Amino acid sequence: MSYLPKPKLHHPKLPTNAIGLTRRDYEGAISTLCAGCGHDSISAAIIQACFNLSLPPHRIAKLSGIGCSSKTPTYFLGTAHGFNSVHGRMPSVLTGAYLANRDLIYLGVSGDGDSASIGLGQFAHSIRRGVNMTYIVENNGVYGLTKGQFSATCDLGSVAKKGTVNTDQPIDLAALAVQLGATFVARSFSGDKEQLVPLIEAALLHQGAAFIDVISPCVAFNNHPGSTKSYDYMREHNEALNRLDVMLPREEITATYAPGEVTEVQQHDGSILRLRKLKADHDPTNRASAMHHLLERKAAGEIVTGLIYVEAEPTALHEHLGTVPVPLNALGDAELCPGVEALAKINAGLR
Amino acid sequence: MPQPITATNDFVVKFANVNGSGSASANGLFAKSILRMGIPIASRNIFPSNIQGLPTWFEVRVSEAGHLGRRGGVDMMVAMNPQTWDRDVAEIEPGGYLFYDSTRPIPKSRFRDDITVIGCPLTEITNAAYSDPRQRQLFKNIVYLGALSALLDMDPEAVKGAIANQFKGKEKLIPANLAALEMGRAWAEENLACPIGLRLRRANAVGDRIFVDGNQAAALGAVYGGATVCAWYPITPSTSLAEAFEKYCSRLRRDPETGAKRYAIVQAEDELASIGMVVGAAWNGARAFTATSGPGISLMQEFLGLAYFAEIPAVVFDVQRAGPSTGMPTRTQQSDILSAAYASHGDTKHVMLLPEDPTECFAFGADAFDLADRLQTPVFVMLDLDIGMNDWLCEPFAWDPARRMDRGKVLDAAALDAVKTFGRYLDVDGDGIPYRTWPGTHLEKGAFFTRGTSRDRYARYTEDGAPYVDNMQRLLKKFRTTRSLVPRPVTTPAKEKARDGVIFYGSTSAAMREALAALEAQGIHLDALRIRAFPFHDDVAAFIAAHERVFVVEQNRDAQLRTLLVNEEEIDPAMLVPVLHYDGTPITARFIQAAIAERASAANVLPFRKATP
Repeated sequence: MSYLPKPKLHHPKLPTNAIGLTRRDYEGAISTLCAGCGHDSISAAIIQACFNLSLPPHRIAKLSGIGCSSKTPTYFLGTAHGFNSVHGRMPSVLTGAYLANRDLIYLGVSGDGDSASIGLGQFAHSIRRGVNMTYIVENNGVYGLTKGQFSATCDLGSVAKKGTVNTDQPIDLAALAVQLGATFVARSFSGDKEQLVPLIEAALLHQGAAFIDVISPCVAFNNHPGSTKSYDYMREHNEALNRLDVMLPREEITATYAPGEVTEVQQHDGSILRLRKLKADHDPTNRASAMHHLLERKAAGEIVTGLIYVEAEPTALHEHLGTVPVPLNALGDAELCPGVEALAKINAGLR
Repeated sequence: MPQPITATNDFVVKFANVNGSGSASANGLFAKSILRMGIPIASRNIFPSNIQGLPTWFEVRVSEAGHLGRRGGVDMMVAMNPQTWDRDVAEIEPGGYLFYDSTRPIPKSRFRDDITVIGCPLTEITNAAYSDPRQRQLFKNIVYLGALSALLDMDPEAVKGAIANQFKGKEKLIPANLAALEMGRAWAEENLACPIGLRLRRANAVGDRIFVDGNQAAALGAVYGGATVCAWYPITPSTSLAEAFEKYCSRLRRDPETGAKRYAIVQAEDELASIGMVVGAAWNGARAFTATSGPGISLMQEFLGLAYFAEIPAVVFDVQRAGPSTGMPTRTQQSDILSAAYASHGDTKHVMLLPEDPTECFAFGADAFDLADRLQTPVFVMLDLDIGMNDWLCEPFAWDPARRMDRGKVLDAAALDAVKTFGRYLDVDGDGIPYRTWPGTHLEKGAFFTRGTSRDRYARYTEDGAPYVDNMQRLLKKFRTTRSLVPRPVTTPAKEKARDGVIFYGSTSAAMREALAALEAQGIHLDALRIRAFPFHDDVAAFIAAHERVFVVEQNRDAQLRTLLVNEEEIDPAMLVPVLHYDGTPITARFIQAAIAERASAANVLPFRKATP
């Protein structure tokens, strides 16, 4: 297997965004995943979201761990730096990168094995620290690259391709993220682009720890009857909380809604998240009730998707640490080296 | 009874205390008072993994000649801990002195008749003077300091000066401490034969040297070296390094107008996350480090390998201790040499710097960041508990005002526009070091996907064998380039032509120098080479080749540096005679002297190699 660049040629009339780029400018190399893999749909949604937001692709840093999901950053944003790091350790690498330069947009891509098993600790701590990032888990309930073992998000009673029944409790990463203090938590389905793209857009604009759990069926090892992460199962059990429209500050707001039909959340950057409510008893701005709703609907056998929780004015790790507004990697000798006089004083104090 | 030891400005006093009894402060005052008299000392804490209750010792080596390693042996024991009484009494040199609290009678059988026993009713004195139990305990330490000052003929002004200095900012405490000091001094002068055979006399041998521990020095080196990101997990004996970095940064690294921090310190959830953050930050263009000890190095192995293959600068301060995790965390060793040099699965070799004292901890602490950036690879600064947590008398920290950070081969946007092709792992200059870019640099050029080895010179994905081998060979070339960039070894020739040599490194150095002087007095002459870095400079192999055999002195069981020498320089193992000390206490001059003298004299009787046809 080797690197497959995509041809640069494209139709001259392809639409461009606010910074003059086409959708093609946000693409990466050709995917080497299985045909029909949910992960490729997520890559396409990321490309669409970044294009829609007119983000300069080189200002995005994409980081991943190990696994099928973690291979995907090669398949989008080809002009962005990427880092395929260590299994389960993407969150720490991303945290470090964010510490070095607070001005880039950080996109962490992980899988359910990477984040819920080997990397559960790092997942949890990156979220509770409030790292300003978009953390996407491409969740298929199974280990793909090692051919079909259950992962820690696999539902109780779900049946493996070879017939084994899972007897362990699943980890709900979205519920965990709500509990851990994430300031943006969503769940979606790789097969529902209309829902997924605006959620990724909103997460990318969010100035805090944003987490999206995306159910992404594995066509090779977990798409059979008896699996709870198959395309069919998801379509039958998907219960959307809301429909999201992301409006950038520069956009004119024209649509009108009846009172009570929508919730609007203005994010720190000025963007407005307009949520068309589909579930009356869910309030996405209340952490406790969002958690309650998640647990309640799970007990009813539903897979809740949509924007679960959002904090309009989040704070992030750099604010907590009190660091300077310029990126630390941009500081030079004058700002960093205290000089000989300070050293002479230190020496004197040690005599 | 043997003649009581008489010595001026050259002896060893050891304090046996109970952890958490407040003795550290009084013992520190004792050490600093002697320094204030212009007499060099070395002090070492030998302490348990415990907050309160277990035995702890404080050893002060007084040496006007400037020997700052552990000598071995104890001339005077200040026995304040009943739990360890018997072993403490047994450790005193024949003719030495025992100072103890004589409030409660101790049977004669628990003493020795070949030492001078000095009793002072410390508990009785403090019980009479204080009613608060905590005060009784704390001031008991100051009272014995007062008594010792009379017994050893210390300059009272030096002790008072040390007290005034210690309580700077808490001046209210000074009079009470001075009173307790005077109480002890007066009692000793009235009731004991003062001074004894061990005496202190004002000298002028300290000069402008500073008294500091290696962890603080290394942390300050990181500040001067431009580190902006520190990610760490608490582990003895490295914790105080990260804490010192925070202390210095909060003073020296704030925006003068806003007070905002020009640094970020994160206490991570474990060592895996610490090194992960360091790798992420360094990948993104910040100077980043972690401080840890052996168990942390074990946990970091996978990341260290990735950093080696992906060529990411990372600085790791390893303050070594006796292994393993449930080992002896408060005892010193040089036992991470191999696990650092070859950290990770796969074929890896890492750069190590081996400072001998806090002065070098500062210098190497700063240099490590230039080296890591220049070489795009992890760099280990190998301290140990003895250097890291003990105060050493050493040369003041020095800094060249003209020095600037060497960020190595980093292409900015303009440079990317100027170059024809950019290959992240392309050896453009023939030194094995490729060019890198930081994320976010250029709209179209210079981005690459970072991964371990499954890529070619242009960072394009491939699992083919030839690009893998090509990359591995380039990494070897880079490692050869490293030899000329790291600190050179320091050679000290013997006064007379020597057939044998000795190699040593790190915290062994001070004791080694004293041992060399003692061996020389015995007529055993050795050329000495102090190794300061791995990979080894060409001087090292040349030094070994120029001698019939070379002793390699280390503080570990398996002769780890010797193994590295054999492995990396293809030295005949028979040439390298290991001298190993690994009980967890710092190596002593007497140990080294005895170990080498024994082998050297045996060789003098029958040079085995020459007897063989």
